Amino acid sequence: MIQLREVTKVFDEGRPGALVAVDRVTLEVAGGAVTVLVGPSGSGKTTLLTLLGAMARPTEGRIFLDGRELTSLPERFLAALRRRTFGFVFQQFHLVPALSALENVMLPALPSGAPRRDVEARARAALARLGVEDRAGVRAGRLSGGEAQRVALARALVDDPKVIVADEPTAHLDSARARALMEIVRGLKAEGRTVVVASHDPIVYAADCVDRVVRMRDGRIVAAGAEP
Amino acid sequence: MTLRTALERQRSILDFALGALGRRRGKTLALVAVHALLVFALASVLLFTGGLREQVRAALRGAPDLVVQRMAAGRHEQVPAGWVETLGTLRGVSGARGRLWGYYFEPVSGANLTVMVPDGGWASPGGAVAGPGVARVLGLKQGDRLPLRTYDGEALDLGIAAVASPAVELVASDLLLVSEGDYRALFGAEPERFTDVAVAVPNPDEVTRLAEKIVRMFPDARVVTRAEMIRTYDAVLDWRSGLAAAVLAGAVLAFAILAWDRASGLSAEERHELGILKALGWDTRDVLAAKAWEGAAVSVSAFAIGALAAYAHVFLGGAVLLRPILEGWAALYPDLRPAPPVEPLALGTLFFLTVIPYVAATVVPCWRAATVDPDALMRGDA
Repeated sequence: MIQLREVTKVFDEGRPGALVAVDRVTLEVAGGAVTVLVGPSGSGKTTLLTLLGAMARPTEGRIFLDGRELTSLPERFLAALRRRTFGFVFQQFHLVPALSALENVMLPALPSGAPRRDVEARARAALARLGVEDRAGVRAGRLSGGEAQRVALARALVDDPKVIVADEPTAHLDSARARALMEIVRGLKAEGRTVVVASHDPIVYAADCVDRVVRMRDGRIVAAGAEP
Repeated sequence: MTLRTALERQRSILDFALGALGRRRGKTLALVAVHALLVFALASVLLFTGGLREQVRAALRGAPDLVVQRMAAGRHEQVPAGWVETLGTLRGVSGARGRLWGYYFEPVSGANLTVMVPDGGWASPGGAVAGPGVARVLGLKQGDRLPLRTYDGEALDLGIAAVASPAVELVASDLLLVSEGDYRALFGAEPERFTDVAVAVPNPDEVTRLAEKIVRMFPDARVVTRAEMIRTYDAVLDWRSGLAAAVLAGAVLAFAILAWDRASGLSAEERHELGILKALGWDTRDVLAAKAWEGAAVSVSAFAIGALAAYAHVFLGGAVLLRPILEGWAALYPDLRPAPPVEPLALGTLFFLTVIPYVAATVVPCWRAATVDPDALMRGDA
């Protein structure tokens, strides 16, 4: 489904202190499977996720989604892809603190042109699915870490994306909640969605719903499990 | 994309933009206040001078088509009665009337009164009609006595027969209407001599030709047409509004600095929010539309508030803040109440000079940021 060929990402390229975050990575992410990127901090997991999710362009190499090359697409097509195909859960949640949980979940769907009533209904359904419908009216800045994480996941699901990209989704959760989250991931997989997660939490990469574990270090893939 | 979808999209983006302004309530209110103050100041000048110009034009509609004066050594001289007779017989002239008027300095108030003999002789000997400004400054009402001193030091005591209506404030504020006999006694004016001659010309196309003819007939005459009087008033008002605009240039400069500050960058918080929106699938056009709605909401509401406040200030409050600049300096101010209509072109120009630059200044920095990858925006690298 998603292919990366010899992808490199350099920050501050050409300046002193330039950082090679991802170094000539070639990877294939299968559709409908759960893939976990593991590795220590600074190994390039998050950067690889942003490249996979069309949030950044590679310095070198090519990225394909269902056989279509993304690297050369204009920005407006990438934005549409991010809205329709990908759902993101960020490590720091990246909720807008002054908006309510419901408004945060509605954000990705606002430019779709769907009637506001429909968007709100979808957002409420997503919150209900994650068990935080009672927090709909609460400002994101006042949510607990666990609540914010689930609201962020609800936001990722609101546009019914084919691919969920999650960066350290259990970082702010206790073990019980982390396991509950992996149950949600199992459900997403059962619905045929592709899930790519970056994590160094054993609850994530050892979960039985995980199809493939890709290990990273210093921006490179050092070990990749067999493709499902 | 259908029209309905496009409208729903814009509605959603507008809702988000208004919500964003609400979240930054303090900053938004400060921006609206500064912007509205600028619009208020500039619109007040425009409305006040426009209202005065309209009042002047209305007042001058009743002015003579031609006024003929006599000049000697560059000074205004009395006109002999023979001129009135001759001018009245010219082809194209329907009537000529000798006028008597002059200035009287009233030492107690320090005001200069315009003393005039009205047409039709409705000021009887020993009586006078006071203009509203004269009555105000000297505290006069009907039945009061007004003691004056003639050119040779004799006392001339006039009874106030009436006070003129405030409706004629602009042209009659400083007037004192007296009989011909009292006028000649006050100023020592010789009989059969007039201050100038008012000439009526029914055909406007004849006015210029007649003016030239009169100057040929009387080489020491100066002829003033009504159009020239209107131009003179316009020039005075334009000069004063220009002076006021120069005073307000500081405010315009402050606004430009504010706009430039907006144009020169976004706060870290705004950049982060922009990065989130882009990561969630908003494209550059959506982000720019949201920012344009924000800018438009701030500047259009500020314009509306400023313009309405200026309207109230000028037409209901008598432009109290602008009077010293735009009316001139005298002991005897006319109590002007400039009246609508408002000049749409002037307000339209003001709209384009204040709203459009502000919206542009809101959108431009956002456009620069919106073209950056969302990942870079959220990390604060762009």
